[in-house]
Amino acid sequence: MTRARPTSLTTLAAGLLALSALAGCSLGGPGTEEASGSDGAAPTKVVLVTHDSFSLPKALIAQFEKDTGYDLQVRSSGDAGTLTSQLVLNADDPVADVAYGVDNTFGSRALQAQVFTPVDVTEPAGAAAYDLPGDDAHALRPVDQGNVCVNVDDTWFAAKGLTPPRTFDDLLDPRYRGLLVTPGATTSSPGLAFLLATIARYGEDGWQDYWRRLLANGTKVVSGWSDAYEVDFTQGGGKGRRPIVVSYDSSPAFTVDGKGGTTTSALLDTCFQQVEYVGALRGAANEAGAKAVVAWLQSPEVQAALPESMYVFPVAEGTALPKDWARFAKQPASPASVAPERIAEQRDTWLRQWSDLVGS
Amino acid sequence: MRRASSLRGLPGLLALAVLPTAVLVVLFVVPVAGMLGRGVVVDGRPDLGGVLEVLGRPRVHRVLWFTVWSSGLATIVAVLLGVPAAFVAHRLRFPGRSLVRLLLLVPFVLPTVVVGVAFRQLVGEGGPLGGLGLDGSAAAIVAGLVFFNVSVVVRGVGAAWAGLDPRPAQAAAALGASPRQVLTTVTLPALRPAIVSSASVVFLFCATAFGIVLTLGGLRYSSVETEIYLLTTQLLDLRAAAALSLLQIASVVALLLVAARARPADATGRGSDAPRLRPRRIVAADVPALVVTAAVLTLVVAPLAMLVIGSLRVDGAWSLAAYRALDTTGGGNALVVPVTTAVQISLRTAVDATWMALLLGLLVSVAVTRRSRGRAERRVRTVLDGLFMLPLGVSAVTLGFGLLITLSRPPLDLRDSPLLVPLAQALVALPLVVRTLAPLLGGIDDRQRQAAASMGADPVRAWLSVELPVIARPLLAVAGLAFAVSLGEFGATSFLARDARPTLPVVIVRLLGRPGGLNYEMALAASVVLAATTALVMLAIERLRVPAGVL
Repeated sequence: MTRARPTSLTTLAAGLLALSALAGCSLGGPGTEEASGSDGAAPTKVVLVTHDSFSLPKALIAQFEKDTGYDLQVRSSGDAGTLTSQLVLNADDPVADVAYGVDNTFGSRALQAQVFTPVDVTEPAGAAAYDLPGDDAHALRPVDQGNVCVNVDDTWFAAKGLTPPRTFDDLLDPRYRGLLVTPGATTSSPGLAFLLATIARYGEDGWQDYWRRLLANGTKVVSGWSDAYEVDFTQGGGKGRRPIVVSYDSSPAFTVDGKGGTTTSALLDTCFQQVEYVGALRGAANEAGAKAVVAWLQSPEVQAALPESMYVFPVAEGTALPKDWARFAKQPASPASVAPERIAEQRDTWLRQWSDLVGS
Repeated sequence: MRRASSLRGLPGLLALAVLPTAVLVVLFVVPVAGMLGRGVVVDGRPDLGGVLEVLGRPRVHRVLWFTVWSSGLATIVAVLLGVPAAFVAHRLRFPGRSLVRLLLLVPFVLPTVVVGVAFRQLVGEGGPLGGLGLDGSAAAIVAGLVFFNVSVVVRGVGAAWAGLDPRPAQAAAALGASPRQVLTTVTLPALRPAIVSSASVVFLFCATAFGIVLTLGGLRYSSVETEIYLLTTQLLDLRAAAALSLLQIASVVALLLVAARARPADATGRGSDAPRLRPRRIVAADVPALVVTAAVLTLVVAPLAMLVIGSLRVDGAWSLAAYRALDTTGGGNALVVPVTTAVQISLRTAVDATWMALLLGLLVSVAVTRRSRGRAERRVRTVLDGLFMLPLGVSAVTLGFGLLITLSRPPLDLRDSPLLVPLAQALVALPLVVRTLAPLLGGIDDRQRQAAASMGADPVRAWLSVELPVIARPLLAVAGLAFAVSLGEFGATSFLARDARPTLPVVIVRLLGRPGGLNYEMALAASVVLAATTALVMLAIERLRVPAGVL
């Protein structure tokens, strides 16, 4: 019994070896780059914290690093809500230099916690139209904008010989019963935007009644955008059963039919505008780097890359749009809006009330 | 015999526990305590009245009740289905046995978002089972939870079943007991520690499930975990979030105490020289177990089939286009790296996470199962045992958020370390390793160690000859499980993965969220690749095992 059992030991060893061999080397593998110059001399890195939708062409990032000499480190996680909560919790001791992705529904919360500090950067023409109301110090700089709108599958309605809805009121019409799917306001940013659009339209006293009737008319509430669009929407990847969905004003540019048209359209009377901002963080280790990132995100090159990288519209006037966008992604002339400070005050109440409506 | 005491006693215990404890403190205790502290401490003083006020809210009561009954029901169903399936997969010999085992494991590694999409394609309005009206119901949530967790029961109970000493059952049969009597009076009691272990792990997984409740419940149901998410990321109500997290921790502790009581205090398990039960051929009495296993396989295969079909359908026709696109970055450059690169990154990460989980898990298991001398030592062991189970039952949102706000600054500036993601994944897999190994080590008769020591074996030698043979085979099995957990891990990884080095689940979720091109089909294809990769790795590990009878 004291004899070790060579068979089992060798097997074990062989197993572990084979496991390691499976993936070649381990411990991070090649490209475990590590460059840091934190304290002392001029900082060599600038840390950008953002949400997980962040994406820009590699060439643009390389150009930024070459032009400024900084190593750009991007840390992305969660959505705009996660990002804002993270910034507010670390307001007095920021973990990054600059943040991109706080939007007009979360902006007030970040400003109240004094997360951002103004930087002196010349803005591109047209950007000022998207400044956050109430941001008197101009700490947040607009980078991109887009609208959350109800989208319809035109081919579905044509095949049924039914006129598609146009307005919020139309969605209550029994003819459209069971046709709408929307991501939830508590779990997705387009869902929240849609809720805010209905609050803008029906007022703080009337929206709950509207939602009661909307739900009674067979509206389906799902977790996220990909659930609504890709699984339940008739023009999504999963070819669902519902021809009306809450999505974006840019969505019709992604349903082109190859015959010079698009199969869906956004209802421009149901839109809520979302603007995303960049700002230098108060107490940042690399203030100059933060300023460089702010200027970079507003530069013509990044502005032009936004539609194809992040599915949003640029804020700089005169930025050329991709061909499909120019033709099919129509923007509303006067989207709904709710004052940011009102959102900051009421968000909790509205979300809880909405959550109770959906849960009952 | 006295020589063996060098590894005994409190100092020996602490020496074994120091590395795992350090990892746990840095990656778990500090981040969670950071979040709880921000919620509970107001103006420098703990505000327990505020916590109690939160726990008194009617909404919290509703949330709590839903969590308890849905998780409890899912656990019961998973055990009822999993135990017969474990018997079939690990005790019977039939063609395709390896395939059955693999299929039973695959759900466990798929990211929740993918399973959500697969399930909704099945039970959603347009799906083959759309007529049942399950979409957005509590039944769908429970089915999803069972889908994910039945593999935990199959693996845990199956490993124990394969390692059972057959002699008591043979003796009972020789004394005239019917197969049913043998099962209920000998086999099931012997398996009780493994069943209780698996069930408590499953309950904790269910109670902290997040994506499943949201995706399959259509936001109509709130669990403690989804409520913590809402409170933390949307409402920034840290006091309420902390109250719920504290409640989770208290429940884990309570559950562990119950589970510990259910385990026999004086387990006299098999020795390393006991004969091993060989898988046998199917007999008529196995039909009920086979029927249950077939039901489990259907539950597992149906959503997987939806994934495969979805990945092969492009513009209404059969096509491999989505698979061919996997070496690209997707429509509109949705990804930073191609899916194929993400596969490599995932494999590398999983290798690291696996050896870390095994190393830490072994140390913890050995530390907590050595016979204690004195009350203080026993108490330290009990606390240690529970401590390493905590990550199972504590909100991934709280942990992820805590990691975000604590790991990015000195002295714990680990945010950019390549070790961070595998370590975090190892921590997620660690309880599974401990729950598999500890019952086996605890079941070893201490007299065997004493015998080895009296024959002159030093502690290491004694360990190699007494303990290792008992756990060698389960160790391989659990290595595969840890590897699989790492491949599929999304919660912690989504908070920690570096942009340039995303794992496969991170890439899949990103593809699902981006319109354009073949992104949706690519996401499904990548999920199929993830499932297949896991299956291949598991197959390789199963093949490595020496034939039954040699061990």
